[in-house]
Amino acid sequence: MSGVEYISPGTVAEAISALQAAGGNGRLLAGGTDLLVQMRGGRAKPKVVIDLKGIPGIAAIREEAGGFIIGAAASGALIGEHEGLRKAWPGVVEAANLIGSTQVQGRASLGGNLCNASPAADSVPALIAAGAICVIAGPNGQREAPVETIQSGPGKTTLGKDEVLMAFKLPKRPAHSGDAYLRLIPRTEMDIAVVGAAVSVTLDAPGKCISARVSIGAVAPTALLVETAGSALVGSSFDDVALANLEAAVAVACKPISDKRGTIEYRTKVAAVLARRAALIARDRAQGSDRAQGAAS
Amino acid sequence: MSRTVVNAIVNGEPVAFLGGGGQSLLDALRDELRLTGTKEGCGTGDCGACSVIVDGRLVCACLMLAPEAEGKRIETIEGLADNGHLHPLQHQFLEQAALQCGFCTPGLLMASKALLDRNPDPTETEVRYWLAGNICRCTGYDKVVRAVMDAAADLRQEEKPR
Repeated sequence: MSGVEYISPGTVAEAISALQAAGGNGRLLAGGTDLLVQMRGGRAKPKVVIDLKGIPGIAAIREEAGGFIIGAAASGALIGEHEGLRKAWPGVVEAANLIGSTQVQGRASLGGNLCNASPAADSVPALIAAGAICVIAGPNGQREAPVETIQSGPGKTTLGKDEVLMAFKLPKRPAHSGDAYLRLIPRTEMDIAVVGAAVSVTLDAPGKCISARVSIGAVAPTALLVETAGSALVGSSFDDVALANLEAAVAVACKPISDKRGTIEYRTKVAAVLARRAALIARDRAQGSDRAQGAAS
Repeated sequence: MSRTVVNAIVNGEPVAFLGGGGQSLLDALRDELRLTGTKEGCGTGDCGACSVIVDGRLVCACLMLAPEAEGKRIETIEGLADNGHLHPLQHQFLEQAALQCGFCTPGLLMASKALLDRNPDPTETEVRYWLAGNICRCTGYDKVVRAVMDAAADLRQEEKPR
């Protein structure tokens, strides 16, 4: 790790110039909880590390037009402490806060979790279910893209070599909305998801589902948006038939591998079960009751 | 050379050291500043032995680059005792034998301090979850948790107006 240059640009334009100047040997640094491990292990060998946290707003959270802008480098701890965000998007917050230990939460970010592009990244299914939009800066200005279009495979993204993920936009919540993220790990803390499932729903006043997004993680090369699973809920009151259809849609979408964490069969079964449970928690939250809060880990 | 001068406040004292993009804060603390109380266990953020507090936030010093410390306020185990008087956490760790080999202890103490700084009256469950990133192979954690709970009670007692 010796001889690596560290720079801390004060604007995104400087960060992009530094990335271009590094010519493929530059790596962007947010919380560093993945990058430093990769550098130490020799899997990442950057000549230049470009710390994004000096760019104004990139490590902060703000409210805009009733929604939220979460800076790409805002820490998990900051996200967990944000009252408004916890109220509007409890599923996104619980997913972000499941990443690593208290120490890791002090640094780890949503931008890093997405761009590290692990299939098991906890916050990614929750952001996809939430309909979060990435704000991406490049040499020709800014563009926006849904979170589900960013990961393209394990460790790979669709971002350009000179693009910088700046923030996530979470839209304003309609009334009677809720979201939830559940993951399976073999213990209660400090592990990587065997399966993750996130659901975000909006209900009408009597409690019928009028929109739903379902996303699953660790069961394919990238986190997946399962549109058919969302459709299975729409128009229902979360009855057994709708939930069975949700489970079937999730099981069909799974393309997992068998490894030391779980077999293909196990992951597929668990993904369906977690999606069903997350849907019910999201519904309860949408109805203003929150029996399940804190039970998910 | 790709090293630059980094200015930070460590345990209340302004310090300056040379730091590069290939160097962790942990290496800088131990090798440049000779503050060897902060331990290196895994070097990958899994064990918590290198826990320090940066601008009020608990972090693994192995997962932060040395130059990132510029302008930051850093608390390490060397700053925990007050002029030779042990912090209530240190006192209770000794009292309850919440350590054996002691390698994880600086990290556990700093993590516990970060908890009590923001939550003076944690439940046992809160203590256990907060310390999940601090691995100890000797104690089985029960004594650690009891020491933190009792230190919290001691601190609350100290805070009370007499």
